[in-house]
Amino acid sequence: MKIAVSSQGGSLNAQVAKNFGRCPYFLIVDSETMKFEPVYNPASSMTGGAGPAAARVINEKGSKIVLTGQVGPNAMSALAGYGIEAVTVSSDTVREAVEGYLKNKKTED
Amino acid sequence: MKKIAIASGKGGTGKTTVAVMLSRLLSKKFKVRLLDCDVENPDCHIFFSDAPTEKEEVCVFYPEVDTEKCNCCGRCQQVCEFNCLFVMKDRLMFFGELCHSCRGCKLVCPQGAISEGSRPVGKLFNSKVEKNLHLDYALMNVGEARATPLIEKLKKNLKSGADYAIFDSPPGASCPMAETVAGCNYAVLVAEPTPFGIYDLKIAAKVVKKLGVPCGIVINRSGGEDKIIDNFARQKKINILFRIPYSRKFSCYYSKGVIKENFFPGLADKIIKEMLRI
Repeated sequence: MKIAVSSQGGSLNAQVAKNFGRCPYFLIVDSETMKFEPVYNPASSMTGGAGPAAARVINEKGSKIVLTGQVGPNAMSALAGYGIEAVTVSSDTVREAVEGYLKNKKTED
Repeated sequence: MKKIAIASGKGGTGKTTVAVMLSRLLSKKFKVRLLDCDVENPDCHIFFSDAPTEKEEVCVFYPEVDTEKCNCCGRCQQVCEFNCLFVMKDRLMFFGELCHSCRGCKLVCPQGAISEGSRPVGKLFNSKVEKNLHLDYALMNVGEARATPLIEKLKKNLKSGADYAIFDSPPGASCPMAETVAGCNYAVLVAEPTPFGIYDLKIAAKVVKKLGVPCGIVINRSGGEDKIIDNFARQKKINILFRIPYSRKFSCYYSKGVIKENFFPGLADKIIKEMLRI
């Protein structure tokens, strides 16, 4: 499973970005191997409509889930349109966010 | 017709005061049209007694998508500078409040699926408020993000027949202010002699210069720290047209919705003289 995480930097130890639309990077993490691909978020510097544009980036990367902080209303509807689930996390680093999410998911299953 | 914009940069420096005073003074000799371009919060009309007002709704372009014709090719999404259009798997998602009505999507759509829709953004009002003085103003609908379409419309509706048109600009130095000042013969920058006042005046003067509109400064609540404005004016070779002294009596009238133009009778002469000189 490909998990997208909004991130301040380009590594697993980077901080999770608290704003979805305007985060500088997304890390697309493979949940089995923990291999990742950093993706620059062009929406971070856009004047308007950053939320849906960020959602488009994730859609293009084929990820169906994004771990992030706050998600705006426009971003929310765009994510829903693309069929991407947004999960709010409070973890510090990307690695913690992914591991925490996977752990939670396991207990739910 | 000569067009004079009253702008400021900083808010609350006295644009409306100057615009109303100037309009009234000029209307004694000339036909004047006062345009309140602060469409987010128009207030010129407060200073005139109620006159019969005509209303007109203002609409902007809004893409209407024919879902039958749309094949989700994504050309509109590529061309949209404002991130309004998104192609989902089987449909187009449109974020209307971000649209700047550029019609790009309509132009590029190979399927002809986008047609001319329209959306109301506000209302225009106009009334003859005094002999020789006509007031036009607009009020933007709550929730709208862009003031410029209404200002554009106000300026477009300006009919010839008046000798002078006075534009009361919105505060700031961004798009609504630039839209108001652009194309004017002269700009009056109303400034107050405070650190905030000079800071914003500098930005406003830069914008006005870039627009190629000659300008002069009116210092409001003059007295005390005038020299910070004087220094800047000297440096940039901008003339100080008038100084409105701080007057408690004037403030009391103002708070009751009364602007006495005969308080500062020299204002109009000074501005017109300076304008003709340039």
